[in-house]
Amino acid sequence: MTTLERGAAPQAPAKSLGGLLDRPEWLGPLMIGPAVLFIALVVGIPFLLALYYSVSDISMGDRTMRFVGLKNFIAVAGTSNFQTSIVNTFVFAIVSQILVIVLGTALALALLRDFRGKWFVRFLLLLPWVAPISLGTIGWLWIFDSTYSVLNWTLEALGLITPHGWYMWLGIPYLAMGSVIAVHVWRILPLATVILLAGLSSIPHDIHDAARVDGAGYWRHLFQITVPLVRPIMLVAGLFGLVFAFTDMIVIFVLTRGGPYDTTQVLSTLAFFTGIQGGDLAEGAAIALFLFPMLLAVAIGFLRVARRAEVV
Amino acid sequence: MAIVETRDVQKLFGDVRAVDGVNLATNEGEFLVLLGPSGCGKTTLLRMIAGLEQPSSGDIIIGGQVVTALPPRARKIAMVFQSYALYPHMTVGKNIAFPLKAQGTPREEQQKRVQRSASMLGIGHLLHRKPRELSGGERQRVALARALVREPAVFLLDEPLSNLDAKLRTSARDELQQFQRQVATTTIYVTHDQVEAMGLGHRIAVMDSGRVRQLGTPQEVYHDPADTFVATFLGSPPMNLIEKPEYSLGFRPENFLPREVYAKDGHLFALPCRVTRLEYLGSDRLVYGVTEGKLEGHRVISKLPSNISVFMQPGERHEFALPEKELKFFDPRTGLRAAPRAL
Repeated sequence: MTTLERGAAPQAPAKSLGGLLDRPEWLGPLMIGPAVLFIALVVGIPFLLALYYSVSDISMGDRTMRFVGLKNFIAVAGTSNFQTSIVNTFVFAIVSQILVIVLGTALALALLRDFRGKWFVRFLLLLPWVAPISLGTIGWLWIFDSTYSVLNWTLEALGLITPHGWYMWLGIPYLAMGSVIAVHVWRILPLATVILLAGLSSIPHDIHDAARVDGAGYWRHLFQITVPLVRPIMLVAGLFGLVFAFTDMIVIFVLTRGGPYDTTQVLSTLAFFTGIQGGDLAEGAAIALFLFPMLLAVAIGFLRVARRAEVV
Repeated sequence: MAIVETRDVQKLFGDVRAVDGVNLATNEGEFLVLLGPSGCGKTTLLRMIAGLEQPSSGDIIIGGQVVTALPPRARKIAMVFQSYALYPHMTVGKNIAFPLKAQGTPREEQQKRVQRSASMLGIGHLLHRKPRELSGGERQRVALARALVREPAVFLLDEPLSNLDAKLRTSARDELQQFQRQVATTTIYVTHDQVEAMGLGHRIAVMDSGRVRQLGTPQEVYHDPADTFVATFLGSPPMNLIEKPEYSLGFRPENFLPREVYAKDGHLFALPCRVTRLEYLGSDRLVYGVTEGKLEGHRVISKLPSNISVFMQPGERHEFALPEKELKFFDPRTGLRAAPRAL
């Protein structure tokens, strides 16, 4: 070893870029550098800025900014539309995630088998993921439209509703929440299904064979073998989706803008409407930061599960 | 206990005949080994007996009942997989109890039977561990205990020793045999390892290309091979085969010894050889050579036990011989065993 190191010594302080790139202690930081820089610029700085805004009295059209402590948080927490938004955020995120996991598991189980036209089903399934979100959601806007709704038309054609009984999908509180959840599920489902499919196909085939030989029926097999084995992956998909549902506002912004009467208003849309459209940057930042502890907890859970999944 | 029978069982995967018309029947409580090279169809046959694979044609009969259309759980079988296929999220105790739970056995009865089969395999102290905390040998016992706990009519074992290291495999083989004799349950065992097959089986079915080439006791398949495949598959090194247009001649390397080793008056077949290479293997010496004389020009191997200290050197010509009764004749076209003939 010593002779080898001595032999290599004259080459080590190579001035050329190629020489530097051969050394892992240089190459590593160089490769990860752009990513760190990117995250610092587009995530780190805005986040710190938001922290600062939330304890100031900044607003659009005013160039002064004073420190006001927790005044914004206290003011926001007292308003009824904020309280509604908190409840809505949880309903929206949790209900949609439960639906995504259940439907995603069912779909992944179906796609695990071989059948004719499987490629077509996969293609259809991935379509919502490939399509631009806003465009897809605008499509849904038309599907839910109060006058031209194809959904109502279909229901009427099937004889399930009368011509006078058309639903105002986005205009009635519970229906509106149901609709935005449905569209969000439609959007997240492909990703969750692909993650779950990967998890399911990583279970050794022998284990399924053993369960069949051991006499497990369909449900016992599903709930005592398959689901527990895919649970770490399922949690990863769930937490991932949860973060998405907590922070994303496109679906709600395009479909309902938080209406009717704030019944689909969630924290991310409220922060946007207050901070950007209402011009009160300080309160908007405070609203957005209410989500932070929650997302932090989810992210920590996410990392712990990911580590445990590696061990198994 | 039950007799397992396969009747003209075929399995096609596309155009490939994985199993090509297999007729087998075990005896009551027998240890039957399916032996063959990889891809010979032995595992597919076992999986069809288990019900994990549906035969393309033919029938599987277990205990006198045609079970071809029945799912695995209705066949009263238990299977041990090559990977053991333990449920990684369950403790050892829950793994063993799983088949009983699936049967709906009462909880108390479950515990009693788990204890019994665990202590029979010496893993009673591991019941609260997870499979990943166990060694290879312990996992194999858990898999056996899980198979045993249902008191099945038939055990199906798919290369259960191949994941163990060489030393452990020898002791596990011994334990497996004792275990099978003790429970006296019909067992079908798949392996590609001829030592395992010879050591464990009451009978061996030697398979190749989806067919059973020979079914017989270890002695029969070794000493009286039905064809050249069986002759050259078994034995290490395999049987020497001298192929002539009118006959093929086979003899075992351990019978093919220097002339001076045999008594002078025996019925011997002499075959001079030019030694090309020597291999020293500790307990044996392998002598590689090329035949001379009337069967000139064939490569042969002689296996000399280390207690025979005849001196030999590469390049030198040496007289070899073997007892005439150890010569096996085969039909050169079909490869099947043929009647002895004068040479």
